[in-house]
Amino acid sequence: MALLEVAGIGKSFGSTAVLRDISFTLNEGEAIAIIGSSGSGKTTLLRCLNFLETADTGSITVGGETLWSADDIHTQSEAAIRKKRLHFGLVFQNFNLFPQYTALQNVMLAEQLLAKERPDYKQHKKEILAEIEAHARELLADMGLSDRAGHYPHQLSGGQQQRVAIARALALKPDILCFDEPTSALDPELTGEVLRVLRDLAANKTTMIIVTHEMKFARDVADRILFMDGGVVVEQGPAKEVIDHPKEERTRQFLASYGK
Amino acid sequence: MIQILTTYGGLLLTAMGQTLLLALCGLFFACILGLIFGLLSVVKNRACNIISIIFVDAIRGVPMIVLAYFIYFGIPYLLNTIMGFGGVTLSALQAGTICLALNCGAYMAEIIRAGIESVDKGQMEAARSLGLPYWRAMFRVVLPQAIRTMIPSIINQFIITLKDTSILSVIGFPELVNTAKNVVANSFMSFQVWAIVAVMYLIVITILSVLAKQMERRLNRGRE
Ligand SMILES: Nc1ncnc2c1ncn2[C@@H]1O[C@H](COP(=O)(O)OP(=O)(O)OP(=O)(O)O)[C@@H](O)[C@H]1O
Ligand SMILES: [Mg+2]
Repeated sequence: MALLEVAGIGKSFGSTAVLRDISFTLNEGEAIAIIGSSGSGKTTLLRCLNFLETADTGSITVGGETLWSADDIHTQSEAAIRKKRLHFGLVFQNFNLFPQYTALQNVMLAEQLLAKERPDYKQHKKEILAEIEAHARELLADMGLSDRAGHYPHQLSGGQQQRVAIARALALKPDILCFDEPTSALDPELTGEVLRVLRDLAANKTTMIIVTHEMKFARDVADRILFMDGGVVVEQGPAKEVIDHPKEERTRQFLASYGK
Repeated sequence: MIQILTTYGGLLLTAMGQTLLLALCGLFFACILGLIFGLLSVVKNRACNIISIIFVDAIRGVPMIVLAYFIYFGIPYLLNTIMGFGGVTLSALQAGTICLALNCGAYMAEIIRAGIESVDKGQMEAARSLGLPYWRAMFRVVLPQAIRTMIPSIINQFIITLKDTSILSVIGFPELVNTAKNVVANSFMSFQVWAIVAVMYLIVITILSVLAKQMERRLNRGRE
């Protein structure tokens, strides 16, 4: 059974339909790349998956549990949604690190606040906090940022900031990690270091959804590709197949604009 | 001048103390009111937004001197004479504090609303995507950033409120202006007395501005 099942997601802003009947599945350990021209609804789809936006139709199922369904009001309460967000991690195009906290604090914050809800928190506060810090340092080390733990976001390069953001998104061990154009705000020299991290994550079988304009990267790293246009999924399939032998005319036109 | 200072200096200093006391009491409650109504104006709830708008507009639409008379004379009259409770009294300090808290609170609410709105929406979204509840995200992530941008306006508002305490001389609170009036009535030396009073305000407010600047600099240290 697929880890993630997205079925019939639709979303309109006012009278403009931004997403229409989006359906796809994602297996554990798989990476799916979402490509498509500007305004095709890629960001909106990720935001719906992370419940930052509420879809109008469809359902989202993770590991067999229906997290959200337009037809079931019980899945939509704010309290219910909060915990469900933890199934997804989200990495933003412009990082959105918290400027008043160091890299380490950025990574630890959510875990620390969540730990306060544990029944044994008061009793074992020291150990729990030490554990969280060790975990955060480990994540930063994985991102090659051991020596930057005490730096504030503005003291870091864009590539470093994005790697901190990835560590932060990983801290709560989400089932699925979502990236919204993680390298679009970066200089070309810095793009490589973030893509390298993504390659490592893919090699370690992290389940990921990556919205990207890096076609070569998508072809090499993603297991599957989903091409969106005008709010609908035009074509999806194995990455190399979609990029090298697109079936749909619109996919071909889109890829042609990237020199493929 | 010297004679005024030796005769009435102590009196005026005590009065300045009263002015500061009144300003502090007013500012304390103004901060609380400002935070409450500022937050009410940014939450995604129409009713809360409207409550906040009504409070801010109502207070801003009434001159403070009218507010002062209303609270000091009007409210006890309403309670005692019209509603028949009897025995309700408000001291000038209590009435003055309420008056300043409401007035300054309304402006603080606007400053806090603008401060929160100046923080990038992505900050709240990043916090929420990490599973932080709305209010946690607000207090741990958004407000600390908002406060940094708000500090100059807040200090400015504090200074305005400190000066506004002089309006409360009309309800008989023994702050600096009220006391100075009495000193002038006794000594007939209005030029000297009012010059001294002006300089006293100037000194206190300058000290506050300098302290504020230092605080601002400390808060901004190490950040762009
Ligand atoms: N909050 C909103 N209100 C109204 N319209 C919106 C809103 N958010 C997005 N849209 C519209 O929805 C459409 C899809 O936007 P979206 O950001 O999902 O596209 P995208 O595929 O991520 O584009 P890009 O590649 O430029 O990031 C756009 O036409 C956009 O104008
Ligand atoms: Mg986008």
